[in-house]
Amino acid sequence: MSVVDVRALTKRFGPFTAVDAISFAVEEGEVFGLLGPNGAGKSTLIRMLTTLVPPSGGTAAVANCDVARDPSGVRRAIGVIPQNLTSDLDLSVEENLVIFAKLYGVPRARRGALIAELLEAVQLTDWADRPVKFLSGGMRRRVEIARGLVHQPRILFLDEPTTGLDPVSRMAVWEMVRKIKATQDLTVLLTTHYLDEADRLCDRVAIVDRGHLVALDTPTALKASVPGKSLLDVGFANAPPSWAERLRALPAVERVTCAGAAFRIATSDGPITTRALLDAAESARVTVGSLTVASTTLDDVFVQYTGRGLRDELQEPSAADRLPLHVKHR
Amino acid sequence: MHRVWALVERELRRFRRNPLLIVVTIVGPLLQLVVLGYAYGGNLQDLRVALVDHDHGVSAVRLRALTNAVAANARTFVTLPYADEGGALADLRSGKVDGVITIPPGFSRRVLAKEDPRVALIQNNTDRFVAGTLGNTFSALVAAFDAPRASTKRVSDKVTLDVVELFPYVPYIQYLLPGSVVLAIFTMVMIGGAFSFIDDKSRGLHEGYLVTPVTRLELVAGFNISGAIKAFIAGMGLTVVGSMLAGIPHPFAPVRLLELALVVAMTALALVSLMFMLMARVSDPMIPRIASGLLSTLLFFPSGAVYPTQAFPPWMRVIAAVDPFTYAVHALRALLVQGVGLRALAGDLAVLAAFSAFSMIAAAALFRRTL
Repeated sequence: MSVVDVRALTKRFGPFTAVDAISFAVEEGEVFGLLGPNGAGKSTLIRMLTTLVPPSGGTAAVANCDVARDPSGVRRAIGVIPQNLTSDLDLSVEENLVIFAKLYGVPRARRGALIAELLEAVQLTDWADRPVKFLSGGMRRRVEIARGLVHQPRILFLDEPTTGLDPVSRMAVWEMVRKIKATQDLTVLLTTHYLDEADRLCDRVAIVDRGHLVALDTPTALKASVPGKSLLDVGFANAPPSWAERLRALPAVERVTCAGAAFRIATSDGPITTRALLDAAESARVTVGSLTVASTTLDDVFVQYTGRGLRDELQEPSAADRLPLHVKHR
Repeated sequence: MHRVWALVERELRRFRRNPLLIVVTIVGPLLQLVVLGYAYGGNLQDLRVALVDHDHGVSAVRLRALTNAVAANARTFVTLPYADEGGALADLRSGKVDGVITIPPGFSRRVLAKEDPRVALIQNNTDRFVAGTLGNTFSALVAAFDAPRASTKRVSDKVTLDVVELFPYVPYIQYLLPGSVVLAIFTMVMIGGAFSFIDDKSRGLHEGYLVTPVTRLELVAGFNISGAIKAFIAGMGLTVVGSMLAGIPHPFAPVRLLELALVVAMTALALVSLMFMLMARVSDPMIPRIASGLLSTLLFFPSGAVYPTQAFPPWMRVIAAVDPFTYAVHALRALLVQGVGLRALAGDLAVLAAFSAFSMIAAAALFRRTL
């Protein structure tokens, strides 16, 4: 059963189309990821689904409530952890949770126990009385997660939950999301530009690029859709001119690309191709300078569907950043 | 309603954690009250007047005796004898003296002969306060000189004006106090309300509220009520401290304190709703900072806080008529200085209530529930 149903959802800011007729559905209980670089339209999409931004076209239903016609119904069903920290720095962890519990109308009788449980889940029980301003970035993010869950929502939206966190804090947040997901009847929709985050957390991933949805499936299926399950990056010291042809003839090889003496081989069976490659090099007296074997990643999936690497894309200014100021803020 | 109180609770908890805010809000208007109150409030004293006596006759001596009496008692001026008019005028131009009194030759003879005797007061008219004071003082002095020393008539045939003062003497610092109270309320509305509201908005803190089921009206009401409570605390703080500093009689009379609390609360609500109406669509943190300076000038000075509105040109009277400060200052002055009861304030309170209602409705209409 779909708890989020998006049909041809579009958002235009003046002449710029940030989200262009995107459609997808999120099933109850799954962790759904929107993966894409900055400016791809992920945050605009999530803001439309959380009623923060009105759509320009299409429809979206969250928990069977239309985001445009019944925003109050949507708000009652969702928990949102925006990109910005929204907890009050001057208030303590517990005070922040109490205020939001009251805003959501959580009955006084349930409030105390619920907050205690959440603090335990995000491992902040010992920090409950400390003002948020004294917490580290990772701890503040955990406060946000607890705040987003304080009214026991059916659907949790996380907009880039680990951006700006160190690797240890990122893993702690992942662990927390998994743990909460395991104990609650919760659907999670998250946006990220971290491939490993999408890979490890999500049941299904939608790849968003320049306002379009370019691929949608489980991480495993997406990776399987890329030619070659493994990638061999090999450097040869004295490769003959026809060496690329020789490599293409190796068992399980699906694609070979080369740049000078460096070759990238996509293969459906890494161990067999590697063994055959070393044998071929020895018999042809070609010296192997370097050899790396890697499994296909979501970055390869991104390259496959967009023609660009996600990491390269992250270095560039986002489409929203390139907008004229008056258009961007309209 | 519980959502409104949750918003109010959050704002007040933050306020409690930041005691510096209340100090900053009260110290500025208090400083202004003391400095302006004492700088503008006192009578002019010890003005230097050059006295050039070309006559030296009996009447000239009597006139000089009168000037010496003023110098010794009211101390409005001190007289400095000059031998020649040229030196006195040079000193008047250079600012060494504030006025020159010249008793011309033959003054005493003309007095005795009743031949239109005259003395001259030459003054620096670039300073209207000094010139006005000297003009009034010497007019009174000459009138005293002219008055018959003993009247034989039991009943005078001349019309005299008896001035009856309704209230005891009001020093300027007391006159200024209502304006300072309103200024403290306004300062809190801006610093504790507008600055904090827009800063939170630009930091993305409001996103947290906008995704909750809280309605637009609840958000506006929550921000207004919390802002009004903070401004009320600042206003009452300044009312109490300012009353003691300005020497208001019986500053802690319970009934009057309650009446003052009502006026301060109505003023706080009017100003906070005005602020939210103006800031409903603002997201740049610089805007409230710029608006704060402009608004305090535009609202404070035309309100009659420092000078009677009757002295204003017509365009400024229009500002005064739509300025909530005007009605707040008038009501507070009636309570603090004149000691009149609530019935006299009904008009002011009605205007403040209508202003609050209009601003709050406009703020709710302008406030956007989306980003």
